[in-house]
Amino acid sequence: MNLRLKALTKSIWVYHMSTGSCNNCDIEILDLLTPRFDVERFGITLVGSIRHADAILVTGSLNLKTIPRIKAIYEQAPKPCVIIAIGACSCGQGIFKNGPNCPNPVDSILPINVYIPGCPPKPEAMIAGIVKLIEALQGKK
Amino acid sequence: MTRKIIPIGPYHPLQEEPEFFKLHVDGETVVDIDMELGYNHRLIEKIAEAKNFDQVTFLVERICGICSTSHPFAYVNAIDDLLGIQVPERALYIRTIIGELERVHSHLLWLGLAGHFLGYNTVWMWAWRYREPVLDIFERIAGNRQNYAMMKPGGVRRDMFEEDFPWIKKTLKDLIPKVDMFKGAVMDDPVIHARTEGIGVLTKEDVHQYSVVGPTARASGVAIDVRKNDPYAAYDKVEWKVIIHEGGDVYSKAVVRILELYESINIILQCLDKMPKGPIDSGIKDMPPGEGIGRHEAPRGEVIHYVMSDGGNSPARHKIRAPSYMNVASNKKAVIGETISDATIILAAVDPCYCCTERMAVVDYKTGKKLMDGQDLVRLSQEKTEKLRNRRVI
Repeated sequence: MNLRLKALTKSIWVYHMSTGSCNNCDIEILDLLTPRFDVERFGITLVGSIRHADAILVTGSLNLKTIPRIKAIYEQAPKPCVIIAIGACSCGQGIFKNGPNCPNPVDSILPINVYIPGCPPKPEAMIAGIVKLIEALQGKK
Repeated sequence: MTRKIIPIGPYHPLQEEPEFFKLHVDGETVVDIDMELGYNHRLIEKIAEAKNFDQVTFLVERICGICSTSHPFAYVNAIDDLLGIQVPERALYIRTIIGELERVHSHLLWLGLAGHFLGYNTVWMWAWRYREPVLDIFERIAGNRQNYAMMKPGGVRRDMFEEDFPWIKKTLKDLIPKVDMFKGAVMDDPVIHARTEGIGVLTKEDVHQYSVVGPTARASGVAIDVRKNDPYAAYDKVEWKVIIHEGGDVYSKAVVRILELYESINIILQCLDKMPKGPIDSGIKDMPPGEGIGRHEAPRGEVIHYVMSDGGNSPARHKIRAPSYMNVASNKKAVIGETISDATIILAAVDPCYCCTERMAVVDYKTGKKLMDGQDLVRLSQEKTEKLRNRRVI
Protein backbone atom coordinates (compact mmCIF):
# COMPACT_ATOMS: atom_id res chain seq x y z
CA MET A 1 0.00 0.00 0.00
CA ASN A 2 1.13 3.46 -0.89
CA LEU A 3 2.64 5.12 2.17
CA ARG A 4 0.83 8.36 1.58
CA LEU A 5 -2.49 6.57 1.29
CA LYS A 6 -1.72 4.63 4.46
CA ALA A 7 -1.04 7.85 6.30
CA LEU A 8 -4.35 9.18 5.05
CA THR A 9 -6.27 6.45 6.88
CA LYS A 10 -4.86 7.27 10.31
CA SER A 11 -6.29 10.51 11.56
CA ILE A 12 -8.27 12.33 8.94
CA TRP A 13 -8.27 16.10 9.15
CA VAL A 14 -11.29 17.46 7.38
CA TYR A 15 -11.99 20.78 5.73
CA HIS A 16 -15.59 21.84 5.48
CA MET A 17 -16.66 23.43 2.21
CA SER A 18 -20.18 24.74 1.90
CA THR A 19 -21.06 25.33 -1.73
CA GLY A 20 -24.35 27.08 -1.12
CA SER A 21 -26.09 24.79 1.29
CA CYS A 22 -28.96 25.43 3.67
CA ASN A 23 -26.76 25.01 6.77
CA ASN A 24 -28.37 21.77 7.87
CA CYS A 25 -25.55 19.47 6.83
CA ASP A 26 -23.08 22.05 8.11
CA ILE A 27 -24.49 22.10 11.62
CA GLU A 28 -24.68 18.31 11.61
CA ILE A 29 -20.97 18.23 10.71
CA LEU A 30 -20.21 20.53 13.65
CA ASP A 31 -22.45 18.30 15.75
CA LEU A 32 -20.07 15.43 15.04
CA LEU A 33 -17.31 17.28 16.86
CA THR A 34 -19.36 18.07 19.97
CA PRO A 35 -19.58 15.78 23.00
CA ARG A 36 -22.36 13.39 22.00
CA PHE A 37 -20.63 12.02 18.89
CA ASP A 38 -17.13 13.40 19.43
CA VAL A 39 -15.25 12.13 16.41
CA GLU A 40 -12.09 13.75 17.73
CA ARG A 41 -11.68 10.46 19.61
CA PHE A 42 -10.69 8.97 16.25
CA GLY A 43 -8.36 11.80 15.34
CA ILE A 44 -10.84 13.45 13.03
CA THR A 45 -10.86 17.20 13.45
CA LEU A 46 -11.99 20.24 11.53
CA VAL A 47 -9.22 22.44 10.18
CA GLY A 48 -9.46 26.04 9.08
CA SER A 49 -7.15 25.88 6.09
CA ILE A 50 -7.40 23.62 3.08
CA ARG A 51 -3.60 23.23 3.11
CA HIS A 52 -3.83 21.18 6.32
CA ALA A 53 -6.65 18.94 5.16
CA ASP A 54 -6.74 15.26 4.22
CA ALA A 55 -10.40 15.25 3.30
CA ILE A 56 -12.89 17.78 2.02
CA LEU A 57 -16.50 17.63 3.17
CA VAL A 58 -18.67 19.16 0.45
CA THR A 59 -22.19 20.28 1.25
CA GLY A 60 -24.73 22.18 -0.78
CA SER A 61 -25.91 22.55 -4.31
CA LEU A 62 -23.00 24.35 -6.02
CA ASN A 63 -24.34 27.55 -7.50
CA LEU A 64 -22.76 29.48 -10.35
CA LYS A 65 -20.91 31.96 -8.17
CA THR A 66 -19.15 29.36 -6.05
CA ILE A 67 -17.82 27.15 -8.90
CA PRO A 68 -14.56 29.12 -9.55
CA ARG A 69 -13.91 29.38 -5.79
CA ILE A 70 -14.45 25.66 -5.29
CA LYS A 71 -12.01 24.88 -8.11
CA ALA A 72 -9.42 27.23 -6.60
CA ILE A 73 -9.77 25.60 -3.20
CA TYR A 74 -9.46 22.10 -4.63
CA GLU A 75 -6.28 23.07 -6.47
CA GLN A 76 -4.72 24.19 -3.19
CA ALA A 77 -5.50 20.94 -1.42
CA PRO A 78 -2.53 18.65 -0.77
CA LYS A 79 -2.91 15.43 -2.77
CA PRO A 80 -3.89 12.67 -2.22
CA CYS A 81 -7.08 14.08 -0.84
CA VAL A 82 -10.47 12.42 -0.49
CA ILE A 83 -13.70 14.27 -1.16
CA ILE A 84 -16.85 13.36 0.70
CA ALA A 85 -20.20 14.65 -0.54
CA ILE A 86 -22.60 15.13 2.35
CA GLY A 87 -26.33 15.56 1.91
CA ALA A 88 -28.85 15.22 -0.88
CA CYS A 89 -27.81 18.48 -2.56
CA SER A 90 -24.19 17.60 -3.12
CA CYS A 91 -24.96 13.95 -3.93
CA GLY A 92 -27.54 14.65 -6.61
CA GLN A 93 -28.66 18.28 -6.40
CA GLY A 94 -31.70 17.35 -4.31
CA ILE A 95 -34.65 19.71 -4.45
CA PHE A 96 -32.67 22.27 -6.45
CA LYS A 97 -32.22 19.94 -9.42
CA ASN A 98 -34.21 22.17 -11.76
CA GLY A 99 -33.04 25.38 -10.16
CA PRO A 100 -31.71 27.86 -12.75
CA ASN A 101 -28.82 28.91 -10.51
CA CYS A 102 -27.60 25.40 -9.68
CA PRO A 103 -27.09 23.77 -13.10
CA ASN A 104 -24.00 21.67 -12.30
CA PRO A 105 -23.95 18.72 -9.95
CA VAL A 106 -20.99 18.75 -7.56
CA ASP A 107 -19.52 15.58 -9.05
CA SER A 108 -19.20 17.27 -12.45
CA ILE A 109 -16.66 19.67 -10.91
CA LEU A 110 -14.93 17.64 -8.19
CA PRO A 111 -13.95 13.93 -8.14
CA ILE A 112 -16.12 12.65 -5.30
CA ASN A 113 -14.99 9.53 -3.40
CA VAL A 114 -17.85 8.99 -0.98
CA TYR A 115 -21.53 9.92 -1.14
CA ILE A 116 -23.48 10.25 2.10
CA PRO A 117 -27.13 10.89 1.18
CA GLY A 118 -29.82 12.27 3.46
CA CYS A 119 -31.43 15.62 4.07
CA PRO A 120 -29.51 16.09 6.29
CA PRO A 121 -27.73 12.77 6.92
CA LYS A 122 -27.70 11.77 10.57
CA PRO A 123 -24.33 12.05 12.32
CA GLU A 124 -24.31 8.25 12.61
CA ALA A 125 -24.61 8.01 8.83
CA MET A 126 -21.67 10.35 8.40
CA ILE A 127 -19.54 8.26 10.77
CA ALA A 128 -20.56 5.09 8.89
CA GLY A 129 -19.57 6.75 5.60
CA ILE A 130 -16.14 7.68 6.90
CA VAL A 131 -15.59 4.17 8.28
CA LYS A 132 -16.42 2.72 4.86
CA LEU A 133 -14.05 5.20 3.26
CA ILE A 134 -11.20 4.13 5.53
CA GLU A 135 -11.91 0.47 4.78
CA ALA A 136 -11.85 1.21 1.07
CA LEU A 137 -8.55 3.07 1.38
CA GLN A 138 -7.05 0.13 3.25
CA GLY A 139 -8.14 -2.11 0.40
CA LYS A 140 -10.48 -4.22 2.54
CA LYS A 141 -13.38 -3.69 0.18
CA MET B 1 -3.25 57.56 6.75
CA THR B 2 -2.85 54.06 5.43
CA ARG B 3 -5.96 52.15 4.74
CA LYS B 4 -5.77 48.42 4.43
CA ILE B 5 -8.40 45.91 3.49
CA ILE B 6 -8.76 42.67 5.39
CA PRO B 7 -10.77 40.11 3.45
CA ILE B 8 -12.85 37.65 5.45
CA GLY B 9 -14.09 34.85 3.25
CA PRO B 10 -15.70 33.62 1.13
CA TYR B 11 -14.20 30.44 2.60
CA HIS B 12 -12.93 31.25 6.02
CA PRO B 13 -12.60 29.17 9.21
CA LEU B 14 -14.74 31.72 11.01
CA GLN B 15 -17.81 31.05 8.96
CA GLU B 16 -19.88 28.02 8.29
CA GLU B 17 -21.31 29.54 5.18
CA PRO B 18 -19.52 31.12 2.24
CA GLU B 19 -19.70 34.86 2.67
CA PHE B 20 -17.36 37.70 1.84
CA PHE B 21 -16.62 40.62 4.13
CA LYS B 22 -14.12 43.33 3.36
CA LEU B 23 -12.98 45.14 6.47
CA HIS B 24 -11.34 48.47 5.67
CA VAL B 25 -8.98 49.12 8.55
CA ASP B 26 -6.79 51.96 9.69
CA GLY B 27 -4.33 50.41 12.10
CA GLU B 28 -6.51 48.47 14.51
CA THR B 29 -9.71 50.35 13.86
CA VAL B 30 -12.35 49.29 11.38
CA VAL B 31 -13.31 52.30 9.28
CA ASP B 32 -15.59 50.70 6.75
CA ILE B 33 -17.13 47.36 5.88
CA ASP B 34 -18.27 45.86 2.60
CA MET B 35 -20.40 42.80 2.32
CA GLU B 36 -20.69 40.65 -0.74
CA LEU B 37 -23.57 38.24 -0.89
CA GLY B 38 -24.54 35.63 -3.42
CA TYR B 39 -22.55 32.54 -2.55
CA ASN B 40 -25.65 30.80 -1.31
CA HIS B 41 -28.11 32.05 -3.89
CA ARG B 42 -30.33 29.24 -5.13
CA LEU B 43 -33.27 31.10 -6.75
CA ILE B 44 -35.78 29.52 -4.40
CA GLU B 45 -38.55 31.99 -5.22
CA LYS B 46 -38.30 30.98 -8.88
CA ILE B 47 -38.23 27.26 -8.13
CA ALA B 48 -41.34 27.74 -5.97
CA GLU B 49 -43.26 28.89 -9.04
CA ALA B 50 -42.70 25.47 -10.61
CA LYS B 51 -43.84 23.43 -7.60
CA ASN B 52 -47.36 22.88 -6.34
CA PHE B 53 -48.59 24.45 -3.12
CA ASP B 54 -47.94 21.35 -1.06
CA GLN B 55 -44.41 20.86 -2.37
CA VAL B 56 -43.45 24.48 -1.69
CA THR B 57 -43.67 23.73 2.04
CA PHE B 58 -40.76 21.31 1.64
CA LEU B 59 -38.87 23.69 -0.62
CA VAL B 60 -39.02 26.63 1.80
CA GLU B 61 -37.96 24.29 4.56
CA ARG B 62 -34.65 24.01 2.74
CA ILE B 63 -34.03 27.75 2.61
CA CYS B 64 -32.28 27.49 5.91
CA GLY B 65 -31.44 24.52 8.04
CA ILE B 66 -31.39 26.33 11.35
CA CYS B 67 -34.78 28.00 10.89
CA SER B 68 -36.16 25.03 9.01
CA THR B 69 -39.62 25.43 10.48
CA SER B 70 -39.80 29.23 10.44
CA HIS B 71 -40.09 29.51 6.68
CA PRO B 72 -42.74 26.77 6.34
CA PHE B 73 -44.55 28.34 9.31
CA ALA B 74 -44.71 31.74 7.60
CA TYR B 75 -45.64 30.05 4.32
CA VAL B 76 -48.56 28.09 5.76
CA ASN B 77 -49.70 31.28 7.53
CA ALA B 78 -49.71 32.96 4.11
CA ILE B 79 -51.75 30.13 2.55
CA ASP B 80 -54.21 30.15 5.47
CA ASP B 81 -54.51 33.91 4.99
CA LEU B 82 -55.08 33.44 1.25
CA LEU B 83 -57.83 30.91 1.84
CA GLY B 84 -59.27 32.62 4.91
CA ILE B 85 -59.76 29.29 6.66
CA GLN B 86 -59.80 28.41 10.35
CA VAL B 87 -57.06 25.93 11.18
CA PRO B 88 -58.02 23.25 13.76
CA GLU B 89 -57.07 24.19 17.33
CA ARG B 90 -54.83 21.17 17.89
CA ALA B 91 -52.81 21.94 14.77
CA LEU B 92 -52.20 25.50 16.03
CA TYR B 93 -50.79 24.15 19.29
CA ILE B 94 -48.55 21.67 17.50
CA ARG B 95 -47.27 24.43 15.21
CA THR B 96 -46.48 26.59 18.23
CA ILE B 97 -44.60 23.78 19.96
CA ILE B 98 -42.46 23.07 16.89
CA GLY B 99 -41.77 26.78 16.39
CA GLU B 100 -40.64 27.25 19.98
CA LEU B 101 -38.57 24.06 20.08
CA GLU B 102 -36.75 25.45 17.10
CA ARG B 103 -36.07 28.70 18.92
CA VAL B 104 -34.57 26.75 21.84
CA HIS B 105 -32.24 24.77 19.57
CA SER B 106 -31.31 27.82 17.50
CA HIS B 107 -30.50 30.04 20.49
CA LEU B 108 -28.40 27.29 22.06
CA LEU B 109 -26.59 26.90 18.77
CA TRP B 110 -25.90 30.65 18.61
CA LEU B 111 -24.71 30.66 22.21
CA GLY B 112 -22.23 27.91 21.42
CA LEU B 113 -20.94 29.67 18.31
CA ALA B 114 -20.63 32.99 20.15
CA GLY B 115 -18.58 31.23 22.82
CA HIS B 116 -16.43 29.74 20.07
CA PHE B 117 -15.84 33.18 18.50
CA LEU B 118 -14.85 34.62 21.87
CA GLY B 119 -12.42 31.78 22.46
CA TYR B 120 -14.56 29.90 24.96
CA ASN B 121 -14.61 26.51 23.30
CA THR B 122 -15.98 24.95 26.48
CA VAL B 123 -19.15 27.03 26.09
CA TRP B 124 -19.39 25.82 22.51
CA MET B 125 -19.12 22.16 23.50
CA TRP B 126 -21.54 22.50 26.41
CA ALA B 127 -24.16 24.47 24.53
CA TRP B 128 -24.15 21.94 21.71
CA ARG B 129 -24.24 19.05 24.15
CA TYR B 130 -27.35 20.44 25.84
CA ARG B 131 -28.88 21.12 22.45
CA GLU B 132 -28.90 17.38 21.67
CA PRO B 133 -31.91 16.54 23.91
CA VAL B 134 -33.91 19.15 21.97
CA LEU B 135 -32.99 17.39 18.73
CA ASP B 136 -34.06 14.11 20.38
CA ILE B 137 -37.49 15.64 21.00
CA PHE B 138 -37.66 16.58 17.33
CA GLU B 139 -36.67 13.08 16.34
CA ARG B 140 -39.43 11.64 18.53
CA ILE B 141 -42.09 14.02 17.17
CA ALA B 142 -41.12 14.33 13.51
CA GLY B 143 -38.72 11.49 12.83
CA ASN B 144 -35.80 13.68 11.83
CA ARG B 145 -33.30 15.76 13.75
CA GLN B 146 -33.50 18.64 11.29
CA ASN B 147 -36.03 19.42 8.55
CA TYR B 148 -39.08 18.33 10.52
CA ALA B 149 -41.67 18.57 7.70
CA MET B 150 -44.44 19.23 10.22
CA MET B 151 -46.15 22.15 8.52
CA LYS B 152 -48.89 21.74 5.97
CA PRO B 153 -51.27 24.34 4.51
CA GLY B 154 -54.39 24.15 6.67
CA GLY B 155 -52.91 22.08 9.47
CA VAL B 156 -49.95 19.93 10.38
CA ARG B 157 -48.63 16.83 8.70
CA ARG B 158 -48.46 14.51 11.69
CA ASP B 159 -50.00 14.34 15.12
CA MET B 160 -48.25 14.32 18.48
CA PHE B 161 -48.88 11.43 20.82
CA GLU B 162 -50.04 11.94 24.41
CA GLU B 163 -47.71 9.13 25.59
CA ASP B 164 -44.71 11.25 24.61
CA PHE B 165 -45.74 14.33 26.61
CA PRO B 166 -44.33 13.32 30.04
CA TRP B 167 -40.97 12.51 28.46
CA ILE B 168 -40.91 15.78 26.47
CA LYS B 169 -41.80 17.76 29.62
CA LYS B 170 -39.10 16.05 31.63
CA THR B 171 -36.46 16.64 28.96
CA LEU B 172 -37.34 20.33 28.77
CA LYS B 173 -37.42 20.75 32.55
CA ASP B 174 -33.99 19.14 32.72
CA LEU B 175 -32.78 21.82 30.33
CA ILE B 176 -33.67 24.69 32.70
CA PRO B 177 -30.75 24.15 35.16
CA LYS B 178 -28.39 24.05 32.16
CA VAL B 179 -29.74 27.39 30.93
CA ASP B 180 -29.26 28.72 34.48
CA MET B 181 -25.66 27.65 34.19
CA PHE B 182 -25.20 29.53 30.90
CA LYS B 183 -26.92 32.56 32.37
CA GLY B 184 -24.44 32.49 35.23
CA ALA B 185 -21.53 31.98 32.86
CA VAL B 186 -22.47 35.01 30.77
CA MET B 187 -23.71 37.35 33.48
CA ASP B 188 -21.03 36.72 36.11
CA ASP B 189 -17.90 36.16 34.04
CA PRO B 190 -15.73 39.33 34.10
CA VAL B 191 -13.91 38.36 30.90
CA ILE B 192 -17.12 37.94 28.91
CA HIS B 193 -18.28 41.28 30.33
CA ALA B 194 -15.08 42.93 29.18
CA ARG B 195 -15.32 41.39 25.71
CA THR B 196 -18.98 42.11 25.07
CA GLU B 197 -20.14 45.12 27.08
CA GLY B 198 -20.25 48.38 25.16
CA ILE B 199 -19.09 46.57 22.01
CA GLY B 200 -20.98 46.97 18.76
CA VAL B 201 -23.67 49.22 20.17
CA LEU B 202 -26.82 49.60 18.11
CA THR B 203 -28.98 52.46 19.37
CA LYS B 204 -32.75 52.65 19.16
CA GLU B 205 -32.46 55.15 16.28
CA ASP B 206 -30.19 52.77 14.36
CA VAL B 207 -32.70 49.99 14.89
CA HIS B 208 -35.46 52.09 13.35
CA GLN B 209 -33.20 53.38 10.59
CA TYR B 210 -32.02 49.94 9.52
CA SER B 211 -35.38 48.20 10.19
CA VAL B 212 -33.66 45.67 12.41
CA VAL B 213 -35.88 42.83 13.67
CA GLY B 214 -35.83 40.03 16.20
CA PRO B 215 -33.51 39.65 19.18
CA THR B 216 -31.08 42.15 17.64
CA ALA B 217 -33.77 44.86 17.90
CA ARG B 218 -35.06 43.66 21.26
CA ALA B 219 -31.54 43.96 22.68
CA SER B 220 -31.69 47.67 21.83
CA GLY B 221 -34.88 48.18 23.77
CA VAL B 222 -37.35 47.95 20.89
CA ALA B 223 -40.22 45.62 21.79
CA ILE B 224 -40.82 44.16 18.35
CA ASP B 225 -42.12 40.62 18.27
CA VAL B 226 -44.68 39.29 15.81
CA ARG B 227 -45.88 36.71 18.31
CA LYS B 228 -47.11 39.55 20.54
CA ASN B 229 -47.82 42.32 18.04
CA ASP B 230 -49.87 40.21 15.66
CA PRO B 231 -50.65 36.92 17.41
CA TYR B 232 -51.05 33.82 15.31
CA ALA B 233 -51.11 30.06 16.04
CA ALA B 234 -51.50 29.57 19.82
CA TYR B 235 -49.34 32.47 20.99
CA ASP B 236 -52.34 34.44 22.31
CA LYS B 237 -53.58 31.43 24.27
CA VAL B 238 -50.52 31.07 26.49
CA GLU B 239 -48.86 33.36 29.02
CA TRP B 240 -45.45 34.74 28.12
CA LYS B 241 -43.62 38.03 27.86
CA VAL B 242 -41.40 39.76 25.32
CA ILE B 243 -37.80 40.00 26.54
CA ILE B 244 -36.14 43.36 25.99
CA HIS B 245 -32.82 44.74 27.13
CA GLU B 246 -31.65 48.33 26.85
CA GLY B 247 -27.92 48.03 26.14
CA GLY B 248 -27.81 47.42 22.38
CA ASP B 249 -24.35 45.85 22.67
CA VAL B 250 -23.24 42.26 22.16
CA TYR B 251 -23.80 41.52 25.86
CA SER B 252 -27.46 42.56 25.63
CA LYS B 253 -27.95 40.39 22.57
CA ALA B 254 -26.62 37.39 24.46
CA VAL B 255 -28.78 38.15 27.51
CA VAL B 256 -31.93 38.54 25.42
CA ARG B 257 -31.33 35.18 23.75
CA ILE B 258 -30.65 33.39 27.03
CA LEU B 259 -33.76 34.83 28.69
CA GLU B 260 -35.81 33.92 25.63
CA LEU B 261 -34.84 30.29 26.19
CA TYR B 262 -36.82 30.33 29.46
CA GLU B 263 -39.84 31.91 27.73
CA SER B 264 -39.76 29.34 24.93
CA ILE B 265 -39.57 26.41 27.34
CA ASN B 266 -42.42 28.00 29.29
CA ILE B 267 -44.55 28.32 26.13
CA ILE B 268 -43.95 24.69 25.13
CA LEU B 269 -44.85 23.37 28.60
CA GLN B 270 -48.07 25.41 28.62
CA CYS B 271 -48.98 24.23 25.11
CA LEU B 272 -48.46 20.58 26.10
CA ASP B 273 -50.84 21.08 29.04
CA LYS B 274 -53.50 22.99 27.15
CA MET B 275 -53.50 21.10 23.85
CA PRO B 276 -57.06 20.03 22.97
CA LYS B 277 -57.98 16.82 21.18
CA GLY B 278 -59.40 16.90 17.69
CA PRO B 279 -58.49 16.95 14.01
CA ILE B 280 -55.10 18.26 12.84
CA ASP B 281 -55.94 19.11 9.26
CA SER B 282 -58.67 21.21 7.68
CA GLY B 283 -58.45 19.35 4.36
CA ILE B 284 -57.96 22.03 1.73
CA LYS B 285 -59.52 20.97 -1.56
CA ASP B 286 -59.26 23.99 -3.81
CA MET B 287 -56.94 26.93 -4.21
CA PRO B 288 -58.78 30.07 -5.34
CA PRO B 289 -57.02 33.07 -6.91
CA GLY B 290 -55.88 35.64 -4.39
CA GLU B 291 -52.97 36.71 -2.31
CA GLY B 292 -51.89 36.07 1.25
CA ILE B 293 -49.24 37.28 3.66
CA GLY B 294 -47.85 35.14 6.43
CA ARG B 295 -45.54 36.17 9.23
CA HIS B 296 -43.64 34.27 11.86
CA GLU B 297 -41.18 35.31 14.52
CA ALA B 298 -38.19 33.15 13.61
CA PRO B 299 -35.32 32.81 16.10
CA ARG B 300 -33.61 35.66 14.23
CA GLY B 301 -36.62 37.91 13.71
CA GLU B 302 -39.64 38.35 11.55
CA VAL B 303 -40.03 36.19 8.43
CA ILE B 304 -42.54 37.35 5.84
CA HIS B 305 -43.89 35.19 3.05
CA TYR B 306 -46.13 36.59 0.37
CA VAL B 307 -47.96 34.16 -1.89
CA MET B 308 -50.02 35.02 -4.93
CA SER B 309 -52.24 32.42 -6.51
CA ASP B 310 -53.85 32.68 -9.94
CA GLY B 311 -56.11 29.72 -9.29
CA GLY B 312 -53.59 27.25 -10.72
CA ASN B 313 -51.62 24.48 -9.13
CA SER B 314 -48.57 26.46 -8.11
CA PRO B 315 -47.94 29.94 -6.71
CA ALA B 316 -47.87 32.65 -9.37
CA ARG B 317 -45.50 34.65 -7.17
CA HIS B 318 -43.81 33.74 -3.94
CA LYS B 319 -41.86 36.44 -2.15
CA ILE B 320 -39.72 35.75 0.90
CA ARG B 321 -38.13 38.20 3.27
CA ALA B 322 -35.82 36.68 5.84
CA PRO B 323 -34.81 38.47 9.05
CA SER B 324 -31.05 38.37 8.47
CA TYR B 325 -31.54 40.45 5.35
CA MET B 326 -32.43 43.38 7.61
CA ASN B 327 -30.07 42.52 10.43
CA VAL B 328 -26.87 41.99 8.45
CA ALA B 329 -26.98 45.54 7.10
CA SER B 330 -26.90 46.90 10.65
CA ASN B 331 -23.34 45.53 10.92
CA LYS B 332 -22.29 48.63 9.04
CA LYS B 333 -23.43 50.73 11.98
CA ALA B 334 -22.18 48.40 14.71
CA VAL B 335 -18.72 47.48 13.41
CA ILE B 336 -17.35 50.84 12.27
CA GLY B 337 -15.10 52.37 14.90
CA GLU B 338 -14.46 49.09 16.71
CA THR B 339 -11.24 47.09 16.62
CA ILE B 340 -10.61 44.16 14.30
CA SER B 341 -10.61 41.65 17.13
CA ASP B 342 -14.09 42.72 18.17
CA ALA B 343 -15.40 42.68 14.60
CA THR B 344 -15.85 38.91 14.67
CA ILE B 345 -18.18 38.77 17.62
CA ILE B 346 -20.09 41.82 16.40
CA LEU B 347 -20.65 40.22 13.00
CA ALA B 348 -21.73 37.04 14.75
CA ALA B 349 -23.92 38.79 17.32
CA VAL B 350 -26.79 39.40 14.92
CA ASP B 351 -26.85 35.62 14.37
CA PRO B 352 -26.46 36.03 10.63
CA CYS B 353 -27.94 33.40 8.40
CA TYR B 354 -26.86 33.98 4.85
CA CYS B 355 -28.65 31.11 3.24
CA CYS B 356 -31.90 32.92 4.05
CA THR B 357 -30.63 36.25 2.91
CA GLU B 358 -29.29 35.84 -0.59
CA ARG B 359 -30.53 38.37 -3.09
CA MET B 360 -29.68 39.07 -6.67
CA ALA B 361 -28.35 42.11 -8.55
CA VAL B 362 -27.39 41.96 -12.20
CA VAL B 363 -23.83 43.21 -12.74
CA ASP B 364 -21.84 43.57 -15.96
CA TYR B 365 -18.93 41.17 -15.56
CA LYS B 366 -16.37 43.14 -17.60
CA THR B 367 -16.86 46.66 -16.35
CA GLY B 368 -18.10 45.69 -12.90
CA LYS B 369 -20.87 48.19 -13.40
CA LYS B 370 -24.30 47.46 -12.07
CA LEU B 371 -26.66 47.10 -14.98
CA MET B 372 -29.64 46.88 -12.76
CA ASP B 373 -29.72 48.31 -9.32
CA GLY B 374 -32.32 47.89 -6.63
CA GLN B 375 -34.69 50.39 -8.24
CA ASP B 376 -34.58 48.65 -11.60
CA LEU B 377 -35.28 45.33 -9.95
CA VAL B 378 -38.19 46.89 -8.08
CA ARG B 379 -39.49 48.25 -11.39
CA LEU B 380 -39.14 44.82 -13.03
CA SER B 381 -40.89 43.19 -10.15
CA GLN B 382 -43.71 45.73 -10.27
CA GLU B 383 -44.10 45.17 -13.99
CA LYS B 384 -44.34 41.47 -13.35
CA THR B 385 -46.99 42.01 -10.69
CA GLU B 386 -48.90 44.17 -13.17
CA LYS B 387 -48.71 41.41 -15.77
CA LEU B 388 -49.92 38.83 -13.30
CA ARG B 389 -52.71 41.11 -12.17
CA ASN B 390 -53.94 41.30 -15.74
CA ARG B 391 -53.68 37.53 -16.09
CA ARG B 392 -55.59 36.79 -12.93
CA VAL B 393 -59.14 35.59 -13.34
CA ILE B 394 -61.31 37.13 -10.69
